[in-house]
Amino acid sequence: MSGLTGAYVPGDSLLHRLPAGAKLAGLAASCTAFLLLRSPAALAGAAAAVVLLYVVSGVGVAAAWAQVRPVRWFAVALFGVQLVFADLPTAASSTLRVVLAVALAGLVTLTTRTSALMVCLERCLAPARFAGLDPFRLSLLLSLTLRSVPVIADLVSRVREAQRARGVERSPRAFAVPLVVGALRHADALGEALAARGLDD
Amino acid sequence: MIRLEDVHVRLGQREVLRGVTASLTERRVGVVGANGSGKSTLARLVNGLVLPCSGTVTVSGLDTRRHAARIRRGVGFLFTDPDAQIVMPTVAEDVAFSLRRKGLTREEVERRVREILERYGLGEHADHPAHHLSGGQKQLLALCSVLVLEPEILVMDEPTTLLDLRHSRQVAALLRTLPQQVVVVTHDLPLLEDFDRVLVIDEGRIVADAEPAAAIGHYRKMMA
Amino acid sequence: MTDEQSPPRRRFPAADVARVSVFAALIAVLGMPGALNIFGDAVPITLQTLGVMLAGAILGTWRSALAVVVLLVLVAAGLPLLAGGRGGLGVFTGPSAGFLLGWLPGAALTGWIVERGGRTPSTVRLVTACLAGGVGVVYLCGIPVQALVTGLSLGKTALLSAAFLPGDLAKAVLASIVARGTQRAYPDAVPAVHRERLRAGGR
Repeated sequence: MSGLTGAYVPGDSLLHRLPAGAKLAGLAASCTAFLLLRSPAALAGAAAAVVLLYVVSGVGVAAAWAQVRPVRWFAVALFGVQLVFADLPTAASSTLRVVLAVALAGLVTLTTRTSALMVCLERCLAPARFAGLDPFRLSLLLSLTLRSVPVIADLVSRVREAQRARGVERSPRAFAVPLVVGALRHADALGEALAARGLDD
Repeated sequence: MIRLEDVHVRLGQREVLRGVTASLTERRVGVVGANGSGKSTLARLVNGLVLPCSGTVTVSGLDTRRHAARIRRGVGFLFTDPDAQIVMPTVAEDVAFSLRRKGLTREEVERRVREILERYGLGEHADHPAHHLSGGQKQLLALCSVLVLEPEILVMDEPTTLLDLRHSRQVAALLRTLPQQVVVVTHDLPLLEDFDRVLVIDEGRIVADAEPAAAIGHYRKMMA
Repeated sequence: MTDEQSPPRRRFPAADVARVSVFAALIAVLGMPGALNIFGDAVPITLQTLGVMLAGAILGTWRSALAVVVLLVLVAAGLPLLAGGRGGLGVFTGPSAGFLLGWLPGAALTGWIVERGGRTPSTVRLVTACLAGGVGVVYLCGIPVQALVTGLSLGKTALLSAAFLPGDLAKAVLASIVARGTQRAYPDAVPAVHRERLRAGGR
């Protein structure tokens, strides 16, 4: 892959060894179940199960926290709002529901290689071939996007330097128009190169 | 053997080429001209990326209008900006992309990729992200991805414009070693010194066609 | 492909593959820290929805939706391509999953409205398209999903989301200004013009 890497933590646990498709299906089923669980006791049971799965996976506390961290303020705000409008059990269960869904999804991310997930997701998108998008093109789109991220990031810094040189640093328009035009020029050159390399033949 | 017969190309409102006739048989052909003279379009005619509005372009006897796909298999094209030509995240993947439809086994693809990367000094970078390469290395990678298909003809559109002096000299030295017929569009006049033939394009027409010294002399006078 | 006569026209030619990928990458890059600070460094505002609206206005309905799909697949696979380096499946089960998935129909609607504007979509049309797609549709998808996940009522969820509305409205206006500027500088950035050119077979 490119310099970009996912959050995958190498390991050999039962969770690591499960196929990606099974994990995705399990995640979808569990998230639906979380929405249906109403009693705080049932949710507490689910929480215990998620914690147990984390222990089995052996990914470590730091990796686990990194997955849940993005929703921490949302969880606090939700708890507060629910406490005001409803009661403590409701506040606790709805906050728990949000955290559990994110934590379980994070666990799948942590125990599945990015490439394995990508293959699995590509397969889910296979029906796109009826719209003229064959599996080869689909997987090319993903690789080409990964290849383009650093190129466009370079373009951003070049445009920003030019903008600084012209003293128009503050204007978002003076930044974004050259950036988007530059991205389009790059895209069209890339399209030409793909055609030269026989993509349309 | 590349043959252009009274070729006209219009892009939008602009007439980019107006009546170009030439037959290119030499091993090293250079094309020079001012910006917007139509020389890049001329290069793109050779592999069917641009089709003539009137007139015909034939490559090894095949008309680009009817056999573009087959022609592209025999004509490699190197662009100015390697970032726009490298389509895969890592070095080896990009070269392998060229071989995708050869019907080769995975081992054979890997062997050919490794071989060409080593020949051009990129062997140790095979599994590196392409964006970690220097500008010169990226151009080499783009060249590897073209040469791995062993084209009969290689067309280059300003291959040294974005390179520093050292890397453009490296590309020039490399050009001399290639067995293919090479057509190079460039502003880099020293690159063309030992070529067999140089065309000078101005406002969509060939205005000089001679051995390098005479053609480049004409071009310098024109630009003065 | 056949070598005889002109090759059959691809439904999804190389030019489109490249544009879709580059815009998916552009949306990702706009989420990187310091990509563009409208209000200085103090207010961290994700500009990714700006990228989504621009994709719609420039690529048109289907291509922009595909660019969003490509980005979301990479995110789901675990790559940190969302603002703040977020990625992984957690964002699809979290409280703002609906807003994220709303990018897809959002970009498509923006593109659809712009495409109806023909070769020279007006500024009014671009603003309408960005507001309807980039704000309207995204909120319409985001709020119900958030209400479902949190158990709060729709009304309360909408009220909470209102905090982000001023920023999003500003981004929609900025997106249309940028799209307009881009389409003036590069006429091929108008979906209808691009389509005509591809049909004409030119590159």
